[in-house]
Amino acid sequence: MRWGKLAFVGAALAASGLTFAGPASAQNEQFIPGLVYRTGAYAPNGIPWANGVADYYNLINERDGGINGVKILYEECETAYATDRGVECYERLKGKGSGAPFVNPLSTGITFALIEKAPVDKIPVISMGYGRSESRDGSVFPWVFPLLGTYWSAADIIVQHIAKKEGGLDKLKGKKIVLVYHDSPYGKEPIALLTERAKMHGFEFTPLPVTHPGVEQKATWLQIRQSRPDYVLLWGWGVMNSTAIKEAAAVGFPREKMYGVWWSGAEPDVRPAEDGAKGYNAAMLQHGAGKFAIHDDIKKFVYDKGKGATKWDEVGEVLYNRGMINAMLNIEALRIAQKKFGNKPMTGEQARWGLENLTLTAEDVKRLGFEGLIRPIKVSCADHEGTRAGRIQQWDGKEWKVVSDWYESDDKVLKPMVEAAAKKYAEEKKITPRDCSKEN
Amino acid sequence: MLYREAGQFKTSYSADQAIFPILQDRLFVIALIVLAFLAPVALAAAAPGLAQYLFTEILIPFLVFSLAAVGLNILVGYCGQVSLGTGGFMAVGAYAAYNLWLRVPLVNDLIIVFLFGGLMAAAVGILFGLPSLRIKGFYLAVATLAAQFFLDWIVARVKWLTNYSSSGSVAVGNLTVLGIPIDTPMARYLVILAVVVVLTLVAKNLVRGHIGRSWMAIRDMDIAAEIIGFRPLRTKLLAFAVSSFYVGVAGAMYGFLRLGAWEPLAFDINRSFAILFMVIIGGLGSILGSFLGAAFIVLTPIMLNQLPGWLGLHMSTALISHLEFMIFGVMIVFFLIVEPHGLARLWAIAKEKLRLWPFPH
Repeated sequence: MRWGKLAFVGAALAASGLTFAGPASAQNEQFIPGLVYRTGAYAPNGIPWANGVADYYNLINERDGGINGVKILYEECETAYATDRGVECYERLKGKGSGAPFVNPLSTGITFALIEKAPVDKIPVISMGYGRSESRDGSVFPWVFPLLGTYWSAADIIVQHIAKKEGGLDKLKGKKIVLVYHDSPYGKEPIALLTERAKMHGFEFTPLPVTHPGVEQKATWLQIRQSRPDYVLLWGWGVMNSTAIKEAAAVGFPREKMYGVWWSGAEPDVRPAEDGAKGYNAAMLQHGAGKFAIHDDIKKFVYDKGKGATKWDEVGEVLYNRGMINAMLNIEALRIAQKKFGNKPMTGEQARWGLENLTLTAEDVKRLGFEGLIRPIKVSCADHEGTRAGRIQQWDGKEWKVVSDWYESDDKVLKPMVEAAAKKYAEEKKITPRDCSKEN
Repeated sequence: MLYREAGQFKTSYSADQAIFPILQDRLFVIALIVLAFLAPVALAAAAPGLAQYLFTEILIPFLVFSLAAVGLNILVGYCGQVSLGTGGFMAVGAYAAYNLWLRVPLVNDLIIVFLFGGLMAAAVGILFGLPSLRIKGFYLAVATLAAQFFLDWIVARVKWLTNYSSSGSVAVGNLTVLGIPIDTPMARYLVILAVVVVLTLVAKNLVRGHIGRSWMAIRDMDIAAEIIGFRPLRTKLLAFAVSSFYVGVAGAMYGFLRLGAWEPLAFDINRSFAILFMVIIGGLGSILGSFLGAAFIVLTPIMLNQLPGWLGLHMSTALISHLEFMIFGVMIVFFLIVEPHGLARLWAIAKEKLRLWPFPH
């Protein structure tokens, strides 16, 4: 055969072997890795989130010249929501520049894998609003921060809202509540909480799984049509959400009685369903759609300079704001860490201290331009969630409207569950929990 | 010139039937294995950051998928039974290993745990191999596809298998081999390498011996094979068992030493396809091909993804991913056009050339 081809093959194989990135290091720059998915089945939801993060970091560099003079060097890596690619991204980026101070996995599967690596690499995992619900127990999970609420908190808030509509928790007795969920760790997370709540209040709870990616739900909705539940909770994602809403419209299930989690409550989830989505509800953990004080700065310092990650029209969407809040909490944690360790790039251990002592009062939130978007947050060793508040929003056919007051998830229900689950995890992994009363 | 076997005389049958009858091959393989064990250790001392990425993201996935590809190659390449259930058998290996590790603390040595995972996968493989006695080709592929979905469903639904974890995701830690803790990337790599070297050697000997010959006879024409005295039941089911054992061990290693925490999605249908592509691109019926195919499928996307960064090109993350898909797809088609028999065949041709070089006739 021909030598040319062999040479080509050899070159290709040799190149495959050379897969190491040369670390680009610079003085006084804070490297921050970004695990995002701008491609794949979940891209419609991943893109606005990633844009929000990128724009906020850009704003800090453009407006303030970095965090107390330390410029942010942000690098994205595409995971396509696959756990193995996500872990590869993490390994590729964790040692770059000043070293990763933390990582936002943006996927329950990747979060689970990185939770195991965090104590070894000493890089905290920030799983804002997703991930492992019991990881809020900082004594067993010192390196994991599910800030601003977990899936258990979200499910609890929805149950409370339904109870309020019915006229009290005791009125839930005999009601039928169905959970249509994405058949993955993400979708299964709320089942434990809902089962517990069902036992407490005597409502009938049925979980119905939908396999990835969720475009085939006919059988699920047929079952719902037959059993006629009072409420349907939706733990879906990407294309699964709009499909579920369309199917609900097709079988005539009232959208007003459907409640999605925050991953099922953004513009890309309802727009494809068009009029069918009118009246659909979703739980928000803090964030919501709309423009706030911070968006003026984003316009002035990022978009007017032509450095925005997306079109200005898309700024202020639900998931964009969520990404921005995530980036803001990251930065504020670093700022708090800098107060203790000095104005220089923070390591994972220093950032962890910052995260554990992250406190934002109402004034701080206002000063940062996030008033109306989030509520004050206080993280501690025992509570890595910071706050457990949320609201319900409703889609009116054009935009999301907040339709409820703030709810707090009920810690009388959640805390024993968190403790039991964390204890089980500690026993399985043979971890000795920290004594939080002795910290700080 | 270097690769010339002139003057190498075999004076016994055993020398003639050695795995690598040519001296240069033998030296090369021994040197490669020694290098595989020693070079990373040296690198870990010299450049720990680089070495860690190399271990966890390049070498470990490469070796694990090579072993899975060797397993599938035994079934598809040597015995001619098309299987799309590889992901499912990997899941059986991983979850069986997890449950032994979790529930029987007395034997939480990784080697025993992996063997158990492999044996359970072999048992399940025999069960799903039974239809192969009646159906062939595409029809068998569909039957094994059922195995994939069924096993996926079992591990997602039977809560006992995941120890009632609320999310269905399981995690392992504090791993040991012979009392030695396996906590660094280098230790994990060395465990995987040792397992892969031993099992590959076994596989190579199996396919050269009478068992391998019986598989190949069934592959080439099963009726003829039956007439000359091979029992299809035993031969086919043995291929399913051995193949599933390898795939199961690979699955257990993938879960324990690569991911550390996993969910059923880690072993979905895409995993099955990826491993089948490794076997096809590497070369059907070739142990070496399994390694070449695994290297191609595992490493090329990672390289393509990082290439713009090395070249200093600033592209958006999404564009890089789209390019990665396109170029990777083109490369697969290209390799299949230039050499339908896979990368292993290209290697064989290169060897033929080298023997004549520099005086080709």
